[in-house]
Amino acid sequence: MEVDREDGRSQNQLRPLACSRNILHRAHGSASWSQGDTKVLAAVYGPKAGTKKNENPEKACIEVIWKPKTGQIGKPEKEYEMILKRTLESVCILTVNPNTTTSIIVQVVNDDGALLPSAINAACMALVDAGIPMKHLAVAVCCCVAKSGYVILDPTKLEEQQKMKAFAYLVFPNSVHSVLPEGSLRVEGEPIENGIITSVTHGIMSVDDYFYCLERGRAASVKLSDFLRRNLQQQSTDSSKAG
Amino acid sequence: MGLPNASGDLSTEVEVDAFRRLFPLRFYEKHLLESIRPDARPLGRARETTIALGAVASANGSALAKIGSTTMLAAIKMEVMTPSLETPDEGCIAIDFHMPPICSPIVRPGRPAEAAPVVAKQLSDTILSSGMINLKELSLVSGKAAWMAYLDIYCLDADGALFDTALLSAVAAFSHLEIPVVSLNDDGKIVLSEEQGLSDREPVNKEKRKINLSSVPFSLTCVLHKNYILADPTAEEESIMDTIVTVVLDSSSQLVSLQKPGGTVLAYTSAIQVS
Repeated sequence: MEVDREDGRSQNQLRPLACSRNILHRAHGSASWSQGDTKVLAAVYGPKAGTKKNENPEKACIEVIWKPKTGQIGKPEKEYEMILKRTLESVCILTVNPNTTTSIIVQVVNDDGALLPSAINAACMALVDAGIPMKHLAVAVCCCVAKSGYVILDPTKLEEQQKMKAFAYLVFPNSVHSVLPEGSLRVEGEPIENGIITSVTHGIMSVDDYFYCLERGRAASVKLSDFLRRNLQQQSTDSSKAG
Repeated sequence: MGLPNASGDLSTEVEVDAFRRLFPLRFYEKHLLESIRPDARPLGRARETTIALGAVASANGSALAKIGSTTMLAAIKMEVMTPSLETPDEGCIAIDFHMPPICSPIVRPGRPAEAAPVVAKQLSDTILSSGMINLKELSLVSGKAAWMAYLDIYCLDADGALFDTALLSAVAAFSHLEIPVVSLNDDGKIVLSEEQGLSDREPVNKEKRKINLSSVPFSLTCVLHKNYILADPTAEEESIMDTIVTVVLDSSSQLVSLQKPGGTVLAYTSAIQVS
């Protein structure tokens, strides 16, 4: 089905991605991620000693602070913090540094749609920059079901407000290039990249639409993880030349 | 007692309660192998649910909902306000969720619970986006007066599945809601009509009416642990198992929302199973 999107993209096309690491010098790790006009900055400080009051001291603790572009911190920011915290807790290996806290601060520089997925991607890159041990990377996409029933990926803010009936933020694990034999990375008989780490939906959609979004999102996550991998490899070779 | 080198050795020496506190995960796994939970529920069963309407007499609509021990009290108060310029014939709903310290030993006065603003926002998103309430019904005089419904939900006991109980109490309160009779007085302001036949003013709405609810949403929270899906977790289960999924469906089987913040990777097939 041919679809008209304002910026001329096709249904499955993502906006141009740009990412850079190590931009803040005092933070232990930092990254900036932009998808089209949406830009998010993430900084990681840690691990620091001690955990918060009600947290388990046998594991590392992750604390997320979300700073919006303008305005005071309210309920939407708290919700984003909780989603980000849970997502990153499942991605990081928490048993390596018990009784420590890692703080991740996310600053929204510009919001033009798909804010939470950009923040998750930026936070992952910042964690890699800081050297926090992780099981795998997480890639996040936003799929939106428009009123006329078709599914588009990576909506801009205008598309989110006008066209959409519902949207879903989906986070998938990174696709794996491993040297281990195939059988060791299966979860319930399926390769690990078929799982979902986080899914947050908004608005009404039918169950079939949701599964369709999942498939589209998974396909897009492969492209995103390739981008991440190339970016990381490129920057690590640059720094090894400098160092 | 000696150092535990295997849980099998220790479980014969220690009492059940102590084992439950010290090794909660192993305690639960022993139960899951038998496909049952410590409170004798099978894995897929939710706890007993009760709803009492009209719990707060002074509010326009209220309900007390209990799922197991989790208790929520919802109350709605209506107030007249002028609608905004962009939507002159729509009313407004303000939803607020409170977790007072009575509900759980983790919540202390002065410091709001972490879960409270998140549940409040999810609740307002779900209720507004599910289309259960048509805001146009809340309008009185187009462009000049409309109803503002303040929905307050108080958590009285937090024992897991907070979002489910809160949504249930909110929907029940809305179903119990009766919009009071008002009339337009000479200054052009809306006042509450006192009794029948008292005034010569025309009442704006003739009788107390109930609001129409279409496509009521209902939700289910589950925790996932390895291959097991446990429906309707208690607070203890929620705290030790790291993956929580909440699915909200409405009466026409459309998915209103699916929240799964973090946690272990959920394979595709399990997602189908849950829904």
